[in-house]
Amino acid sequence: MRFDSLLDTVGGTPLVGLPRLSPSPEVRLWAKLEDLNPTGSVKDRPALRMLEEAEKDGSLRPGCTILEPTSGNTGISLAMAAKLRGYRIVCVMPENTSTERRQLLSMWGAEIIASPAAGGSNEAVRVAKQLAEEHPDWVMLYQYGNPANALSHYEGTGPEILADLPTITHFVAGLGTTGTLMGAGRFFRERKPDVRIVAAEPRYGELVYGLRNLDEGFVPELYDESLVDTRFSVGPRDAVRRTRELLEHEGIFAGISTGAILHAALGQATNAVKAGEPADIAFVVCDGGWKYLSTGAYEGSVDEAEERLEGQLWA
Amino acid sequence: MAIEVRIPTILRTYTEGSKSVDGSGTTLSEVIEHLDSNHPGIKDRLVEAKDGDLDLRRFINVYVNDEDVRFTGGLDTSVSDGDQVVVLPAVAGG
Repeated sequence: MRFDSLLDTVGGTPLVGLPRLSPSPEVRLWAKLEDLNPTGSVKDRPALRMLEEAEKDGSLRPGCTILEPTSGNTGISLAMAAKLRGYRIVCVMPENTSTERRQLLSMWGAEIIASPAAGGSNEAVRVAKQLAEEHPDWVMLYQYGNPANALSHYEGTGPEILADLPTITHFVAGLGTTGTLMGAGRFFRERKPDVRIVAAEPRYGELVYGLRNLDEGFVPELYDESLVDTRFSVGPRDAVRRTRELLEHEGIFAGISTGAILHAALGQATNAVKAGEPADIAFVVCDGGWKYLSTGAYEGSVDEAEERLEGQLWA
Repeated sequence: MAIEVRIPTILRTYTEGSKSVDGSGTTLSEVIEHLDSNHPGIKDRLVEAKDGDLDLRRFINVYVNDEDVRFTGGLDTSVSDGDQVVVLPAVAGG
């Protein structure tokens, strides 16, 4: 396969069967390997699309500075694309994210502004919005509310999966910005409405929910509840356990949020087996485990890993 | 066996600092009523009137056995002994 540049390789990722973790030949799990994108995560899709749309509508011009609140992956994707296109980029990132993410952001040339750990990404969003007001010339692409985020999955992730797996019954993805679920969810609603759209949301330690008051809560502007059929909250223990099972049984080395998504996918598989119904369950592998080695989630017992993740933004 | 209700940090002023309290009821509504009778005021922080009916506040998420109740009948979601109810404020991911 030959491409004109790295940016041209985004998307078109493999969909891989999981013969050992699938409960039966009739109830099968399929992993969409988004870690095979250029910077190693699913976020290359929305990042590139948001950047292209902003160039198209003229809001992003040569010499511009991009601003983005991010817990890591979106920032890394944007930084790579910004470097190749010649933009300066400033990322606001919570201080309780892994050191690998900060290192990668710096490598790709992003300037990092740390936001307080308490409150997690909420604080990053708040700080970024404040910076946007102070620097009206900076361009905030704003993944939580930018329709191009969902569009990248509506036109990419969703159609790719349906082409590879016409018998799909369930689509399972992580819920962060909600872009993956909104885009692929809308695509399946239109093209194969019986596909069940399942959201897996990471449940962090208490520090992350440490809001000063409930009015500081946050629901991404992109989120449309009607595009989701069910939503699960998955804690670090289940996420770590499933991340390890994915490597142990299928050889896939994924990040911790993928473990949370697999947990929800396996729940759907169990339901299908109980109901005696065939199922083809596709789920998103958001990224590889490389960026999370320093969190301690990949060594020692599950108890130890769970303890180490307390207070960290692991997804 | 009772229903375990997990309370987020921000609402523990109502539960004398307890992270988790015993709940009782057959629906989420009943669990919240029971919660409010033991910890007056907490109900107002969880629900509000929307179009004449009570509904969860926008920035409150409630999960029964890890499933978001907005997809299982909302306040009418059935609950039974041994279930775990988790209350969390909505926060950003990504």
